[in-house]
Amino acid sequence: MNIHLKLNGKDTDLVVIQDESLLTALRRAGIWSVKHGCETGECGACSVLMDGKLVPTCVMLAPQADGHEIETVEGMSEINTIHPIQKAFTEMGAVQCGYCTPAMVLATKALINKEMYPTLEDARDALSSTICRCTGYVKPVEAIMRAAAMLRGEEVPPIDGGGIPMEIAFGLTGESDLGRDLPDFLKGDSGSDLKTKKDVKFAPWVTPESQTDVVGHPEIKVDAVKLAKGKPAFTDDINLPGMLYAEMLTSPHGHARIRNIDTSKAKALQGVHAVLTYKDIPRVIYASGGQSWPNPKPWDQVSLDNKVRFVGDRVAVVAAETPEIARAAVKLIDVDYEVLPVVLDPREAGKPGAPVIHDEPDAVGIPDASRNLVNVVDAVWNDVDKVFAECDRVFENTYYTPKQQQAHIEPHITITYWDEDERLVVRTSTQVPFHARRMLAPLIGLPVKRIRVIKPRIGGGFGGKQEMLIEDLAAHLTLATNRPVRLEYTREQEFTSSRSRHPMYVTFKVGVMNDGTIRALDMSVISDTGAYGSHSLTVASVSGLRGLSTYKADALRFHADIYYTNKAPAGAFRGYGAPQGMFGLEVIIDEIAHSLGFDPLEFRRKNAVNVGDHIPISTALGEGGTIEQYVLSCGLQECFDEAAKSIQWERRNDPKWRVDPERPHIRRGLGVATCMHGTAIPGLDMGGASIKMNDDGSFNVQVGATDLGTGSDTVIAQIIAETLGCRLEDIIIYSSDTDMTPFDVGAYASSTTFISGGSAKKAAEIVRKQIIERAAKILKTTTEGMYLRNRQAYAADGRSVSLEAVALNSLHTVDQQQIMGTASFMSNYAPPPFGAQFVEVEVDTETGMVRVPRMVMAVDCGTAINPMTASGQIEGGQLQALGMAISEGMEYDTEGNVLQKRFGDYRIYEADEAPDITAILVPTYEPSGPYGAKAVAEIPMDGVGPAVSNAIFDAIGVRLRELPVLPEKVWKGIQEK
Amino acid sequence: MLINFTLNHKPVSIDIPTDITLSVMLREHLKLTGTKEACEIGECGACSVLLDGELVNSCLVAAPSVMGREVITIEGIHAEDGGPNDLQRNFIEKGAVQCGFCIPGMVIAGEALLAIKSEPSRLEIREALAGNLCRCTGYMQIVDAIETTAKERAEKPNLSKRER
Repeated sequence: MNIHLKLNGKDTDLVVIQDESLLTALRRAGIWSVKHGCETGECGACSVLMDGKLVPTCVMLAPQADGHEIETVEGMSEINTIHPIQKAFTEMGAVQCGYCTPAMVLATKALINKEMYPTLEDARDALSSTICRCTGYVKPVEAIMRAAAMLRGEEVPPIDGGGIPMEIAFGLTGESDLGRDLPDFLKGDSGSDLKTKKDVKFAPWVTPESQTDVVGHPEIKVDAVKLAKGKPAFTDDINLPGMLYAEMLTSPHGHARIRNIDTSKAKALQGVHAVLTYKDIPRVIYASGGQSWPNPKPWDQVSLDNKVRFVGDRVAVVAAETPEIARAAVKLIDVDYEVLPVVLDPREAGKPGAPVIHDEPDAVGIPDASRNLVNVVDAVWNDVDKVFAECDRVFENTYYTPKQQQAHIEPHITITYWDEDERLVVRTSTQVPFHARRMLAPLIGLPVKRIRVIKPRIGGGFGGKQEMLIEDLAAHLTLATNRPVRLEYTREQEFTSSRSRHPMYVTFKVGVMNDGTIRALDMSVISDTGAYGSHSLTVASVSGLRGLSTYKADALRFHADIYYTNKAPAGAFRGYGAPQGMFGLEVIIDEIAHSLGFDPLEFRRKNAVNVGDHIPISTALGEGGTIEQYVLSCGLQECFDEAAKSIQWERRNDPKWRVDPERPHIRRGLGVATCMHGTAIPGLDMGGASIKMNDDGSFNVQVGATDLGTGSDTVIAQIIAETLGCRLEDIIIYSSDTDMTPFDVGAYASSTTFISGGSAKKAAEIVRKQIIERAAKILKTTTEGMYLRNRQAYAADGRSVSLEAVALNSLHTVDQQQIMGTASFMSNYAPPPFGAQFVEVEVDTETGMVRVPRMVMAVDCGTAINPMTASGQIEGGQLQALGMAISEGMEYDTEGNVLQKRFGDYRIYEADEAPDITAILVPTYEPSGPYGAKAVAEIPMDGVGPAVSNAIFDAIGVRLRELPVLPEKVWKGIQEK
Repeated sequence: MLINFTLNHKPVSIDIPTDITLSVMLREHLKLTGTKEACEIGECGACSVLLDGELVNSCLVAAPSVMGREVITIEGIHAEDGGPNDLQRNFIEKGAVQCGFCIPGMVIAGEALLAIKSEPSRLEIREALAGNLCRCTGYMQIVDAIETTAKERAEKPNLSKRER
């Protein structure tokens, strides 16, 4: 049918299907800024302004738009122009993955149209209709305030004030330390005091006052403008002729054998092009976790199996001409199931009589399938039992962290097609394009060279896309039909059939002396990997690594048993085992401090590692082999100082603050947690970068690094721009395309700034050398003392030649040469970032309700290459972590059905509910990282959970050893006290 | 208007404006972009297709006029496994493909010739290609490809179209 509407100011006729949503009708009409995030009107990514009012289009029928006025961000700007609201969002760092940004921009427009002087409260309220999983809403709220000021015609302050001293940026020699072995100062007794950048000596050729031009500045993200303008940048924003829509049939049973499948009725439906089951494709064993070759065992999956192991497991997949036909076809598939008993608790899964989940004979590397035992990890350093015997006190307790869903707003989506060379193109929302290509090849029987994986912009990943989750199914369908195929998860499938955080029971035993010295730590873990073993070994290892690195001790022991259960598989999720380990560690440390009569902050200060300390457990647990790890830079004590000041730690001792006289049932408390993470997997992670110089002195950059909304493209471009003495806008960066860019392991393990940024710096140094040699010839001087800055190459005598002149000379005039460089970087060294997490809580003693009004985290991430994106990581990460602490936890009924399948039930924080979040950067200089940088992305996941639990104890004296701290648990704790 | 016809051996039913050409219908409505457009007046032959087995310039054919008829485009010419057929393979092997823009039309013209003449002379091949302009090759290798194919097919006269 035809509808008539005013679309972005133009009279428009749209041909729509009577029962389709306005979302699909608009997207078909090329309005790509309207995004699919759920089907229930709860995430808001699909919002448009209808007659000036913000409405979600996924729950609105297209014909309902007839006669109305619809506005989207496409109507707000032209080529080369940008609307002030969009500009404010880019300038304030409010755009991370950008998937929800168009909706937020529209929400802002609706608000400012109504209220020219919005309050912070108004801004939060306006954003409450749009769920954002990246930012923690801090910067979007700031963007609204700035946009309002701009639209009122007020002058807004410039966003800048950054940079780090040049002598640090370029070191004493002007060359980087990248790729070298341990710095000398760690080997001897001397300089293990290089702690902050104040300690670094000046390079002879720069003045102490001079600052970097690009690194250390809050540059606007290189992809922010296109995302704020709603350009077609994501996987789904493409229209391929003849594209088919795929739909999965998933298991309704938690555990069953498939006796038979009859697909004849589905195949007979008009418009259906393929129906695939285990009968149709070869049985190839694999592991879906996106990890380096060879993938850690077990290898316990096949694309389609004759057994299902959780509700939501794959049974069949259909390709049809429309999504509606595909869904109808799925319902016509007859499956004859032999239903088997389920086991859902990892503590029961290993007991005799428990159902055996992996009884297939061809799985590889399951230590004891008959007991559902997926992996066992053991690590020990020194004689733990002997040291325990020497301790004055020994504490022991068990802690539980829940199954948390990544809940990126862009669902998993893949589009596969044959290109004109009959190579398979996989356009997919992945964090691991290169791993996906290698892992996909054997499953579909094509060599790696006939597969090209392209990662467009990603609407958030958080580990959920460090997985080859659906690429194989789409590829099988393209092979079966020779047509482009699109497979996208629904929001419900994200809960039933995707990945999540491994729930863990972590038992800590800690031996201490009465003077507050920690002597021994013993950590044992029961981890629940769900139905498949994806990431099970490495996540548990990281739990141990993080749980046993933060505090100095004389002996350490780690043991983990990982079990299968009939639940959706766990996988990678930001933090990757660390939040589980750190919850137990940081709560028991708090318990010990209280028991021994120490201030919990002082107890942490006393025992935490510092510069020069050895991290012995890393040798025993490292994924990349046994490589000794030390702490080269550490600003933890300064983090404690800054964050304690910000949260006003001394308020704990003020009875007037602790009990609100107006609301006597409310108790207030403060909690603290130490945070320490890793940076990349030492000895394993590698990234490559390639740079070439253009006629105008600009540079094309190709990197394998996978920007999943975090801003890695920007950070890498900043590193290169600084090294080459040009502006950020001179760098044209293209990333993550297996045909076009060098290899990179992908976006995980907090590696990108350090590893991929390291390769970018090395490649830029190669290019810099070529430019300097060419410039020296042009200026008829030597390269001695020559440097690049302000788009110029300066000779020692002060004369200069522009980069453009160098490029033109090199490309066109004499001894013609393409100035270019390629480099890769790996590190045997994983410098830990540090953080101090503080949380303020209000506990309602009548209901058990916990409210968090404020969170503060100070982070030492070395040099923050971009303080705007770095603080964005810290803010957004804290809010994700707060979700796990307060409200997020997937729960299952006795048959294995997950209870929360939509955002209405699985509550992640909305803008009006989020606390006041503060991120403080404590700069240090990490000698092994590019421009002194180390990781920042995952550490904000580590401390919020334990800090909340510790704050609740501070408020009401009830110790909660299980997350999330639902009101009933708190209330029960109050009653038992 | 709704028209029905056979396209590459499969029935097609499509609603189109009455005033478009067959080439526009193929490229823009059916997204079969193997058929090229380069002059719009029937002089270059890049848009060649087979209409009821006969070589035509699809840019000069009104789309509604194919109602009930059979159209073969370059997408309909391939070996059984979907790869190139013998004629296409000979185009590749003889170096007849330079920029490739006219090649779909050349292949169609070659098939049209071979359908009516099993062993054409080189002159006859060149006459058969007279409606197809090529700016790259100088035609010699294209003629070679068609000639070789004709000889091969003559040696194995029992091969079906699918087996070529």
